[in-house]
Amino acid sequence: MPWRLLRFGLSKKHPEPRMFDAPDALKSSYDVVIIGGGGHGLACAYYLARDFGITNVCVLEKGYIGGGNTGRNTTIIRSNYLTPEGAQFYDKSLELWKDLSTEFDLNLFYSNRGHFTLAHTDAAMRTSRWRAEVNKHYGIDSEVVGPDFVKKHAPMINLQCGHHPIMGALYHAPGSVARHDAVAWGYGRGANMRGVEIHQRTEVLGIDTKGGKVCGVKTNKGYIETTKVLSATAGSTPRILKMLDIDTPIFIHPLQAMVSEPLKPWLDTILVSGSLHIYISQSSRGELVMGASLDPYEVHSTRSTLDFPEGLSAQMLDMFPFLSEVKVMRQWAGMADMTPDFAPIMGKTRIDGFYLDAGWGTYGFKATPISGKTMAYTIANDKPHELITAFSSERFKNYELTGEKGAASVGH
Amino acid sequence: MRIAPQASEIINRDKSVTFTFEGKKYNGFEGDTITSALLANGVKILGRSFKYHRPRSVSSFANHDMNVIVDDVSGQYFIPNIRADVTKVKDGMKLKAVNTFGGVEKDKASILGRFSKFLPVGFYYKAFHTKALFPMWEKMFRTMTGLGNVDFKTPKIKTSKDYGFCDCLVVGAGVSGLSAALAAAENGLDVVLIDENPQIGGSINYTNIPNDLIERAKAANIRIFTDCYAAGYYADNWVALVHKTHMTKMRAKTLIVASGAFEQPPVFRNNDLPNIMLAGAFLRLLKLYSVKTINDAVFLVANDYGYEAAKTAIDYGINIKAIVDLRSGDELPLLNDFIAKNIPIYSGSCIYEAESGKDKNVIGVKIHEFNDGLAGALKAEIACDGVVMATGFAPALNLLYQANTKMRFDDARSQFIPDVLPNSVFSCGKLNGNYTYETRAIDGEIAGINAVNFVKNSKIKLPKSLPETQKPNHPWAIVEHEKGKTFVDFDEDLQLKDFKNAVQEGFDNIELLKRYTTNGMGPSQGKHSNMNGLRVLARLTNKTPFEVGTTTARPFYHPVPMKHLGGRGFSPNRVTPLHSRHGDLNAIFMLAGNWQRPEYYARVGVTRQNAINAEVMAVHENVGIIDVGTLGKLEVIGPDAAEFLERVYISKYKGLKTGMARYGVACDETGVVVDDGIIARLAEDHFYFTTTTSGAATIYRELSRLNMIWGLDCGIVNHTGSFGAINLAGPNSKKILGKFTDLDLDDFPFMGYREAFVAGVKCRIIRAGFVGELGYEIHAPALEVHKVWDAFINDGATPFGVEAQRVLRLQKGHIIIGQDTDGLSTPYNAGVDWAVRMDKPFFIGQRSLKIINSKPQKQVLAGFVLPKDYEGAPPQECHLIIHEGEIAGRITSITKSPKLGQIIGLCHIKPELAQIGHEIKIRFSDGTFVAANIAQTPFYDPENLNQKGVA
Ligand SMILES: Cc1cc2nc3c(=O)[nH]c(=O)nc-3n(C[C@H](O)[C@H](O)[C@H](O)COP(=O)(O)OP(=O)(O)OC[C@H]3O[C@@H](n4cnc5c(N)ncnc54)[C@H](O)[C@@H]3O)c2cc1C
Repeated sequence: MPWRLLRFGLSKKHPEPRMFDAPDALKSSYDVVIIGGGGHGLACAYYLARDFGITNVCVLEKGYIGGGNTGRNTTIIRSNYLTPEGAQFYDKSLELWKDLSTEFDLNLFYSNRGHFTLAHTDAAMRTSRWRAEVNKHYGIDSEVVGPDFVKKHAPMINLQCGHHPIMGALYHAPGSVARHDAVAWGYGRGANMRGVEIHQRTEVLGIDTKGGKVCGVKTNKGYIETTKVLSATAGSTPRILKMLDIDTPIFIHPLQAMVSEPLKPWLDTILVSGSLHIYISQSSRGELVMGASLDPYEVHSTRSTLDFPEGLSAQMLDMFPFLSEVKVMRQWAGMADMTPDFAPIMGKTRIDGFYLDAGWGTYGFKATPISGKTMAYTIANDKPHELITAFSSERFKNYELTGEKGAASVGH
Repeated sequence: MRIAPQASEIINRDKSVTFTFEGKKYNGFEGDTITSALLANGVKILGRSFKYHRPRSVSSFANHDMNVIVDDVSGQYFIPNIRADVTKVKDGMKLKAVNTFGGVEKDKASILGRFSKFLPVGFYYKAFHTKALFPMWEKMFRTMTGLGNVDFKTPKIKTSKDYGFCDCLVVGAGVSGLSAALAAAENGLDVVLIDENPQIGGSINYTNIPNDLIERAKAANIRIFTDCYAAGYYADNWVALVHKTHMTKMRAKTLIVASGAFEQPPVFRNNDLPNIMLAGAFLRLLKLYSVKTINDAVFLVANDYGYEAAKTAIDYGINIKAIVDLRSGDELPLLNDFIAKNIPIYSGSCIYEAESGKDKNVIGVKIHEFNDGLAGALKAEIACDGVVMATGFAPALNLLYQANTKMRFDDARSQFIPDVLPNSVFSCGKLNGNYTYETRAIDGEIAGINAVNFVKNSKIKLPKSLPETQKPNHPWAIVEHEKGKTFVDFDEDLQLKDFKNAVQEGFDNIELLKRYTTNGMGPSQGKHSNMNGLRVLARLTNKTPFEVGTTTARPFYHPVPMKHLGGRGFSPNRVTPLHSRHGDLNAIFMLAGNWQRPEYYARVGVTRQNAINAEVMAVHENVGIIDVGTLGKLEVIGPDAAEFLERVYISKYKGLKTGMARYGVACDETGVVVDDGIIARLAEDHFYFTTTTSGAATIYRELSRLNMIWGLDCGIVNHTGSFGAINLAGPNSKKILGKFTDLDLDDFPFMGYREAFVAGVKCRIIRAGFVGELGYEIHAPALEVHKVWDAFINDGATPFGVEAQRVLRLQKGHIIIGQDTDGLSTPYNAGVDWAVRMDKPFFIGQRSLKIINSKPQKQVLAGFVLPKDYEGAPPQECHLIIHEGEIAGRITSITKSPKLGQIIGLCHIKPELAQIGHEIKIRFSDGTFVAANIAQTPFYDPENLNQKGVA
């Protein structure tokens, strides 16, 4: 047992302070107001304080921290994207991830499992090769492997997969999972320690501007004066943007997931199948975490549907017939903020002092560290960080999309 | 121990079953659950707890005993995570407790209990994260967590689904559910009544309420499903009913939730010892299974139900050593019966702790004063061999939460109660805070009549509800103990102090608390722990339970096996009408989307490559045929048909002459190419057209959507499945076609369209060619297309497969959508810019394409060739083109053309590198390079003379 746990046995009182304060009231003004206490908002607050010494910051969260998509996602972390901009951006995120537990002194259960994107058609094999080649070009560890290699790492898999035999896979060794909630807590604690205020159950109701510049924020707990506001509200982004009449091509689609009852460990890797539209990994608690692609329609709600566990189970049993007797314990949904090209929208907007971090759809958990860091830079310098220039909202106007759909539609 | 037979039991003593548990053999009776059979055999420890591996036994006996979970290893494959409390024992079962290290009796991991001080709430967040060591620790964690094992030998099990409909679905067949179902059925509704237990009646079966509800329900016109639970509520009263064997998807006009309440365990030190159980478990074991595990009982109560249970205990000759009532003064009921029997009653008291003996069973309790929710001085120490507890319930509101019901907290009843229900959903019984027989029965009737009024739009008068006098739920059945082991969540082994410490660390709202402590995240999903967790948090933060609020109750109510969810598993496997013909010709099949298509036709003694080459050459030199029946085949008919196509496709169709066809490309709003095909005009108002194989379903759906939005006067028909299609191609195609048709082939121009009989089958024929030789695309009804195919085959046409077609089309530089285009390709970077017609008012993507066309392109499509003498392995599709160390493009298609004797291909490349003759560098996966040259396309027959039949 690690010695660090000794203190818990030795002291009479639980020797742990609050991870984050619960301030009573809002101040009348802040240098920066961050809307959304998900991973992204908290990470941005953390880096603003740590890297730029900007600490007169508040994070406003209408529910509880991490309660949005941060606490609902299936925690796949990878950087095997298709576009050069995407691959390099996510790879930087991976670098940050690796040290995060140490940096926070909080175990995020960042677990390197290896990530397979299975290919059942030669079209999928082609995309795998494309991604592998782009990845390698940027020093990212990805390669196309054959069915034998898949079998070696997931010996129990049914390579025949119903009518969709596995022809090979894109293998991405750095693929990992982590404990999602802890990521929000770690960033929250780190930011709070450096002076950032976190206000839960505080909802932003409006944003005031004067002469094209942000001047204040209305909340259910009072008014705040500020000149810089970041929206990191994922599924609620359209509602925030409506307050400012900003148009983006963001559509909200539900994304669902489910977990099984806990089982003894049998699956080490993360497996994604684009053809079957499914993915699976096993959490450190032994639950099988399973998901699929987006619901095909726009809905601003987190309701679950029955056809989701039905369809997902049917496909999953093609790949792993032996799960027939395994029981699904829980299903849930999040609101994914989708863009047409499956890449995020980050950076400045036409309103001075209003910054946007959105369009994270089905893939933003892995980007938490790097989006926080680059958004902090962007806000501190009022200039987009070089890693995110390809993600500006201008790209839609200019027809310069960052086509990431091929690498992001199923394998979040 | 099993007691003498009695009327209320549901076991069949004539049929004994033999099974093993942890390697030891036991007998039980048919009808026994695993737990009841083991207890009847005197087995004390039925399982181990999740974290500290403490010995555990029955607690709820109601599907939440998450520490008594077993794997059945008897069969061909074993079955994991069986809930012993509610699963019937079967002859020959071989059961093993899950998650033990060395068996249930001597679980080595129980040593962890001694270290519990060092393992506070969330301890795993606070250590084990040294980078180098984490993988090792994680392995350990993964081994320690998890319950049952999966058996890789388990076959794929398919169960079929039922689709049910009813006027009124009643969930729960207890007193209120039965009353509701009867009221609804007697007023003419088609009622389905379900219960998760093997018999209807709920508590009627094990309490002493004389009534005839069960008999009446059985006699009434009610469809009754027992052993069936409602796993989830979905929009519009769509309820997943899970049976042992399958799932029913029930669409109910009205839903009555009468799912009762979960008994809640009081919290005190060692409240988890074997033979400390909830009153319901005690009663059901006695009455339904004739199993008595307690001789000297202590009752811990705070409601009438507890005293009812105590009376039953007396009836069964159980010695009651003490009744401990958390309440005092006028909260107490009349206790004369017990006083008369000299049973000591400790009111205003609590059990402060329980103690265990050698066999780990409870052997005694310490009774303390209990004031304001705090334990006071010791009152008595009492020896016993069992504790029965009845201090409160938590309503089973799960389905109602899923149905978006607004709840309120009722202080008098100390429970949540539905406040605003969706219309067509009703609740009754304990959910509404009713616990006596009469109030439940009336409440059920009210719900039943409400359902009737809703369905029939009638105004039947509702019976008058009765006021509930009972207060069955103690607001604070929780006793702190400085030494801990005060369990709140048994699934996860969470103690009271874990909650305190979590709140101290800032996890002071209900959701954060749940996530940090994992309260309610185990397999029972908090059925016995959420309410206590909430009460603890309310007290710690000085809030009311209502202010604290609940966490979201998500499906499922109980876990659902994947075999029932997956059902029969519709994994589509599509074959064309000619599939058997291909088989007869030794086709090797490949998957194209969901379709099985011939990749090539194997020839004896010939390699794959040579077989493909021979097919290619047959098309060039003689005549070949390929099955193209997988293409999407659509028709648009009506006065606005031409207008419709003009809006969808980038070219023009209004001027297309009847009897002619034209290539079509469709884009999305952003100008990205999404599909292509050939569009033929059959009449002024009638077009027939193809889509790509992979796009067929999506395009049809999208066109239907657009048609609805635009409201044009035309309709779309999908013929993809009803037509087969063949492409007949090669210099001799005209000759061979002529043999089987009367059609004047000399009056059939390139890109013409005709209808004619071929081999006696009425066909639609387009003179087009994807493969670069004179050719005809012949569409015929699916049931008859084989006649056409057979005619040509018998006349010597060579069948060719997808591979040969790929070579042939690549020689012509024809693109395949999705291969030579990607998610960003517009017509300008896909080499089909010639098809864009800006001189029409509108088509989808037009506005975008105008803007895109005004800027320089970043990528264009170009042909390339490798030197003729290149001997090495060819590069592959998606290998990158590298220029000055940077990615400059990628190969989208590549093949070796037997006709040209050279490797040819298409690539996406930066326009400045795309001049004919320019040398490009292609990088292999291993980092080595090969040089190629940009070349003009088509590579073969650039003037299209062959295709046009001029050559
Ligand atoms: C089922 C599912 C699976 C996923 N799987 C993966 C995966 O495997 N890998 C991956 O990388 N990504 C995955 N994602 C995506 C990922 O979860 C998200 O992109 C990411 O968590 C977004 O983080 P965020 O901090 O931007 O948003 P969130 O965590 O959603 O935080 C936004 C916060 O803003 C708050 N808010 C909204 N409006 C207001 C307001 N007016 N005032 C105050 N606060 C407000 C919300 O309450 C919320 O807490 C998945 C998503 C889902 C739903």
